Amino acid sequence: MSKPQNAQGDVRSKSLVDYLNDENVRAVLYQIVAIGLIILAGWYLVSNTLYNLAQQNISTGYGFLDLEASFEISETMIDYSAKSNYATALVVGLLNTVKVSVLGIVLCTIIGTIFGVARLSSNWIVRKLATVYVETFRNIPVLLQLFFWYALIPGAFPHPRDALEPLPGVLFTSRGMYMPVPVADTAYTLMGIAAIIALVAIFFIKRWAKKRQDATGQPFPMFLTGLGIFVGLVLLAYLAGGAPTEMSMPELKGFNIRGGYNISPEFLAVLIGLTVYTSTYVAEVVRSGIQAVPSGQWEAADSLGIKRSVALRKVILPQSMRVAIPPLTNQYLNLTKNSSLAVAVGYPDLVSVSNTTMNQTGQAIEAISIFMSIYLGLSLLTSLFMNWFNKKMALVER
Amino acid sequence: MTQAASSHSDSTAFVAVKKLTKRFGSVVAVNNVDLTLSRGETLAIIGPSAAGKSVLMKCLVGIYGADEGTIYLDQDDVSDTNAPERPKWAAKIGMLFQQNALFDSLTVWENICFRQIELGTLSRKAAKERAVELLGLVGLAQESAELTPSDLSGGMQKRVGIARAISTDPELLLLDNPTAGLDPVLSNHIELMISKIATQRGTTVISITNDMQIARTRYQNLMMMHDGKVYWSGKTDDIDDAHNAHLTQMLDGSSQGPITMRTGKREDGIFA
Repeated sequence: MSKPQNAQGDVRSKSLVDYLNDENVRAVLYQIVAIGLIILAGWYLVSNTLYNLAQQNISTGYGFLDLEASFEISETMIDYSAKSNYATALVVGLLNTVKVSVLGIVLCTIIGTIFGVARLSSNWIVRKLATVYVETFRNIPVLLQLFFWYALIPGAFPHPRDALEPLPGVLFTSRGMYMPVPVADTAYTLMGIAAIIALVAIFFIKRWAKKRQDATGQPFPMFLTGLGIFVGLVLLAYLAGGAPTEMSMPELKGFNIRGGYNISPEFLAVLIGLTVYTSTYVAEVVRSGIQAVPSGQWEAADSLGIKRSVALRKVILPQSMRVAIPPLTNQYLNLTKNSSLAVAVGYPDLVSVSNTTMNQTGQAIEAISIFMSIYLGLSLLTSLFMNWFNKKMALVER
Repeated sequence: MTQAASSHSDSTAFVAVKKLTKRFGSVVAVNNVDLTLSRGETLAIIGPSAAGKSVLMKCLVGIYGADEGTIYLDQDDVSDTNAPERPKWAAKIGMLFQQNALFDSLTVWENICFRQIELGTLSRKAAKERAVELLGLVGLAQESAELTPSDLSGGMQKRVGIARAISTDPELLLLDNPTAGLDPVLSNHIELMISKIATQRGTTVISITNDMQIARTRYQNLMMMHDGKVYWSGKTDDIDDAHNAHLTQMLDGSSQGPITMRTGKREDGIFA
């Protein structure tokens, strides 16, 4: 009786007010209005920009990528000269970004794991040192840390004339680090092929071993067999290739050092800075991951007479990983994105090269759109990989 | 009266614990405890929280070593966690942990037969069949085999823990609160099953419980612990009404006797 319209609702047709009072209709309406406002704002910005650019006689589009870059880049992983075009220059920058990010991710994982475990050490000194390391480097802005390392390297190391040589062929100078590299030879190609063959063989042997264990219960010494196959095959390829021993040694010629492989102070500063900064976060992730697994799990595995290594692999790690992988992904993404700070110390990363490109061509919007899409792409790739890894390592969703 | 359970001579004793002491820092968790059991005997340990019951059990299973005193199992010296006889005993002891300690990284059936799978004594197929059989024994449906322990309720997890403990047909079965958190019907079912295992297979059973009634009716021996020490131990048949009243009062806290509850974190409820 209190709501008579309910009884009549089916009979009489709904008025407009009834529709507007319907929760579902309203929800859709609000969303349409929201999208409309966003499109309007976007259109306003784009049309304004186009108008302003036209007023200043700046052409739009990506045609500039084909033009000659006419600037040098100090470090390149591919063939590049001032005669190359802007597109090649940007690829050089991208590769430099990827190089420092990938190395940084690998190193910060290793160092972070060591410090994360050290923070749980039963040894007082080790535990406190790890805490000091984490709390110090975590709480200083990463840009300042890059400046610090970049100031330290040229300042702390001698001129190439008096290079430090801790190992024969390894030189520390104010112009970076030098180390000997083997002179290119077919043997190394052979070794690469051998390594791939070994990995494929290990993959299949592992599958066979798992199948056999499932069927008969017999375990198989996979680690030693795998190591043997890998080392054996690679060594065999090296010997088959004539066992080349020629190395390119860094040597002082004139005022600078020639030969060998040079790691620039800029690259070192960025790599050390990013690695140290991110490793403190990784250390905390690792610590929380380990602490998330109750000690009862170790005890239960112990009481079953399971080897510690097996318990770690089958019981502890999968549960730690479930806790650790998502925040670890965040840290990897942060490191990749923070690598754009390399521009501050003059490491020719993607942002640095894009900056030069922008200054020379005036195509700011296009250049920024390129490097923003590339960073987005890199981050999404990292995310995808880590999500896949998480699925593989962790368990069914809870 | 306090050593009625040790009436057997030590040469025949299956479990022989002598003057066992285990410390954690300045806390003496287990203090000068003696315990003797013959093969096939059953023992219920009762006592308030933090009495050292679980620690004593973890010493028996080999998680903690003795700081003082000795632990002998069937004449093997296993006082130290690294004792050469310990690995052999891992297969002969089954233990249910208080918090179950099931592995969330594995399915229920892999949990139950983890040892057999890892040591290769059973193929995966055979291990799964064995696990399903054990699930039936503890009253769980076959369908739960493929779930992870975290998908199960507390009472179901407890039963999976029991299934894991008996999966190797152990000679010594250690149960840390096998019926805590279970309803009376299920709890009765589990206790009946434990009695059956003891009588049919000759398994020696040591069980921590807080139910005086269950302890008296289902177990041959009773040991009451308090503050790390043995407060009372003897045959359950020797417990007369006066004893029973006294011990029960101790357990439910109505006694003004020597038991004073320790303050601080309690485990699940007053007794654990």
